[in-house]
Amino acid sequence: MSGDMGIGVSAPRTEDRRFITGRGRYVDDINLRTQQYAWFVRSPHPHAEVRGLDAADALKMPGVTAVLTGADMQADDIGSLPVAWGITSRDGSPAVEPAYPALATDRVRYVGNPVAVVVAETRTQARDAAEMVNVDYEELESVSSATAAMEEGAPLIHEGAPGNTCFDWEWLPAAMAPDARSNTDKAFDEAAHVVSLELVNNRLVPNAMEPRASLADFNPATGQLTLYTTSQNPHVNRLLLCTATLKMPEHKVRVVAPDVGGGFGSKIYHYAEELTVCWASRRLGVPVKWTAERSESFLADAQGRDHVTRVELALDAEAHFTGMRVDTVANLGGWLSAFGPAIPTVFYAPLLAGVYRTPNIYVTVKGVFTNTTPTDAYRGAGRPEACYAVERAVDEAAVQIGMDPAELRRRNFIQPDEFPYQSPVGQLYDSGDFEGCLNLARELNAYERFDERRRQSQARGKLRGRGMCFYIEACGAAPSQAAGQLGARAGLYEVATVRVHPSGSVQVLTGSHSHGQSHETTFAQIVAERLGIDFGNVEIVHGDTGEIPFGMGTYGSRSLAVGGTALYKALDKVEEKGRKIAAHLLEAEAADIEFTDGQFRVAGTDRAVSFGDVALAAYVPHNYPLQELEPGLEETAFFDPENFTFPSGCYICEVEVDQNTGQVELCDFVAADDFGNIINPMVVEGQVHGGLAQGIGQALLEHCLYTPEGQLLSGSYMDYCMPRADDLPNFVVATRCTPTPFNPLGVKGCGEAGAIGAPPAVINAVLGALRPLGVRHIDMPATPQAVWQAIEAARSGE
Amino acid sequence: MREFNYYRAGSVRDAAKRLGAGGNAMLLAGGMTLLPALKMRLNEPGELIDLAGIDELSGIKLTRKGAHIGATTTHAEVAGNVELRAAVPVLPHAADAIGDPQVRNRGTLGGSLANNDPAADYPAVALGLGATIFTNKRKISADDFFTGMFETALGRGEIITQVLFPIPQRAGYAKFPNPATRYALVGVCVAQFKTGVRVAVTGAGASVYRLTDFEDALDSEFSEVALDGLTASSANLNDDMHAGAEYRAHLVGVMARRAVTMALD
Repeated sequence: MSGDMGIGVSAPRTEDRRFITGRGRYVDDINLRTQQYAWFVRSPHPHAEVRGLDAADALKMPGVTAVLTGADMQADDIGSLPVAWGITSRDGSPAVEPAYPALATDRVRYVGNPVAVVVAETRTQARDAAEMVNVDYEELESVSSATAAMEEGAPLIHEGAPGNTCFDWEWLPAAMAPDARSNTDKAFDEAAHVVSLELVNNRLVPNAMEPRASLADFNPATGQLTLYTTSQNPHVNRLLLCTATLKMPEHKVRVVAPDVGGGFGSKIYHYAEELTVCWASRRLGVPVKWTAERSESFLADAQGRDHVTRVELALDAEAHFTGMRVDTVANLGGWLSAFGPAIPTVFYAPLLAGVYRTPNIYVTVKGVFTNTTPTDAYRGAGRPEACYAVERAVDEAAVQIGMDPAELRRRNFIQPDEFPYQSPVGQLYDSGDFEGCLNLARELNAYERFDERRRQSQARGKLRGRGMCFYIEACGAAPSQAAGQLGARAGLYEVATVRVHPSGSVQVLTGSHSHGQSHETTFAQIVAERLGIDFGNVEIVHGDTGEIPFGMGTYGSRSLAVGGTALYKALDKVEEKGRKIAAHLLEAEAADIEFTDGQFRVAGTDRAVSFGDVALAAYVPHNYPLQELEPGLEETAFFDPENFTFPSGCYICEVEVDQNTGQVELCDFVAADDFGNIINPMVVEGQVHGGLAQGIGQALLEHCLYTPEGQLLSGSYMDYCMPRADDLPNFVVATRCTPTPFNPLGVKGCGEAGAIGAPPAVINAVLGALRPLGVRHIDMPATPQAVWQAIEAARSGE
Repeated sequence: MREFNYYRAGSVRDAAKRLGAGGNAMLLAGGMTLLPALKMRLNEPGELIDLAGIDELSGIKLTRKGAHIGATTTHAEVAGNVELRAAVPVLPHAADAIGDPQVRNRGTLGGSLANNDPAADYPAVALGLGATIFTNKRKISADDFFTGMFETALGRGEIITQVLFPIPQRAGYAKFPNPATRYALVGVCVAQFKTGVRVAVTGAGASVYRLTDFEDALDSEFSEVALDGLTASSANLNDDMHAGAEYRAHLVGVMARRAVTMALD
């Protein structure tokens, strides 16, 4: 019996008991005897030569064990931080990948760039001593915006990257190449209508609730290193530590990511700080711990987005999309973060078809170095940027040709009978019912009664606007071979081991990692459903390379589609072996054994043996076919999907704008999503809520802003505005699911959808409210001042 | 945070003596500004003198002169006080607009005034109502108290003990919050007394200030219409990533009108 917690049930979260009672165990909760504390000396300058470093005063401070520098690191042959995805420019040359040392040696390229580390007996001692480290900087000219960095005469950030260009890329997938450009240009030449927009996708700070932390414990007696770290993918971290930076054999390194409080992408990478504490622990022979202060998180966690995009859409006389041109400048920061070059290219351009049958699309992207914190994947990672460009352009087209935006979308939808659908930008969409989703969202929004609501708002002195977005996104990046051809330097499979204990209880060792996603609950539901055992008899183990097989972790909404499928396939193997054991116990043929509700039964009879009895027989093999079958019941499956999965959905948002202050208030938000099959509706709803909050944050509140020179202006919550409960309306969420054929669970992924679909829905709504005043454009975040300025500019005819 | 000595004062006299004894001491009331500043090492006192144990500093009393509020009375106590709500509703209204429940349960009136954050709410109400600030040494009128950004007329060793707010005929406080901090991007307090109207603005400038042309207009007629055509000057107003001087000046006008509406409500 699965109890009542099988697939499709809103099982209460197993992990909540410990989180709500304060018994979670995060990295900073782990303390080891003799541990010392690291504090990083960071550059206060956006760009400077490091001419020298004097640690003499710091070393005299109480409790200080060491002050270590980039030169010490080089002397110990520590490798630079690796780039995990190679991008090739359109002229065939590889992207410029400057060596990124964990501690700067000769030059710093952003504020917060680590220069040295102080190790001391207490955190305060380390911090006090760090203030006494005297770094001799020669300040250089600096630049923070990508467009400014591309201008002639801009300060050169890396010698090997003229014009600060990391890559100049065009997207020519097999489906379109080599005529993508000429075909698209032709579509524009022949268009009845052309829409053109210049869009800024604002830079964001990830802001996981738990700041990053690392505790490294090198045992000089055994040569073993254990790293406790805030990671979404401990095996990837171990791989990079062992092969690229620290250069130790993998059997000597264990990486543990215990409870982790949020990631949103920012905890994927192999960071300078965790490498440094590992190296320091090995060098000093004591455990070394570092826990970021929130202010450090603002400077040192990879940031998200930061695109400037020109998007153009061509339509024929019947309002069919015939072509799209997209030209994007992506700000990569002062160095390359691990996936920095991949996010604005191969995770962006392939989504630019949206849910539409646009036949010709041509995309170019320039990646540019600036004196800012490196950028990388942040919830959505390339797809929010793509969705924003497409859905802003579609709404603008609807305005230009005077058509209802829902009707314009409907007219261009890919139809249900066209799946699998090969998009011109290289994706093979799995399934979807776009019109069904649109209708569901319209119904929930009471679409036809908008004018009534608008009048009511007007009576209160407010301008009401409605905005729509229809997103599609790609989860569970796959397959490894295709990704490899596109430059990936890592595999994209996932793994699970199902360990059945003699009593019939089950442990799952998964390579996926939960930092808020509820694996302990949803993965247990899959096991309970498949094996017909009680939900409470399943334990999900993740996050410790010492316990789990080599998996790739959690990012890109891949856990269920890829990791869940690996688990599903391991359960297939358990079931298959169980069937053989049961056949022996029941003296029947394995082919005649049925497995339902936890019972192996000879088909058509009442002769049956329970899953628990089969498990016991496997470990106490007294009556067991030992000649044909190994004892034990433990199976592992690796799964490398043949394709991504493609969630999609329709979001409708209504806002009221106070034109006296520019304040935007969200009144209604409807989300109709297609996530494929759903394991736990409550968990999915929670993921949607979180994603929407982050997407709304980007649209209205959050802005990572630098001075033109590269000093971070929004370096704390005094200026960086996170969404709070009272900034958000009550979300109306619903699902209309078309299962994906690309995995046996039929699941797609739901973690990033909200952050992808919400920004264009909100901005389209704000523009809907402001258009009567003559406002045609606004960038994110649409803060009160930005809205007021847009209104003023329209009034004065600018 | 650096190490410091902690001293829990038993009386105002005790606190003042300690404050005068050197050792780079600072007073701790609610700590809602001071503690974050310590954590960020923006302030590094040798000693904190905690006023929390001094009962005489806390409490609310209404007399014919007005509302007497002790310096360590919390925002939540002011916001929830039934007598104040009846007699001078602008005070609990403004207190309820400060921060969030945690801040309101810790932060104090005296702490807010002594800190004189350019975006704090209480200075606008104190100046708008023409409050009198009592210290262990003297009394200071609100018009003389707020001298500049984070600057007040308080001398060394001087401790706010209570504040007297005169009761206006009517008053309102309208605030446009900074989206990130919820401090006042602009807050305007308008109060009408028999002697005239006072208009005080917080958030917009380096320190809270009075808007005399708005006062004059409202003196002749206390209504929104009286403010028609009046705009606030953007000269010397704050300019940051959330609001430039022009936008702040515009908001001063909008919030002043809303404060009048509230006063008339």
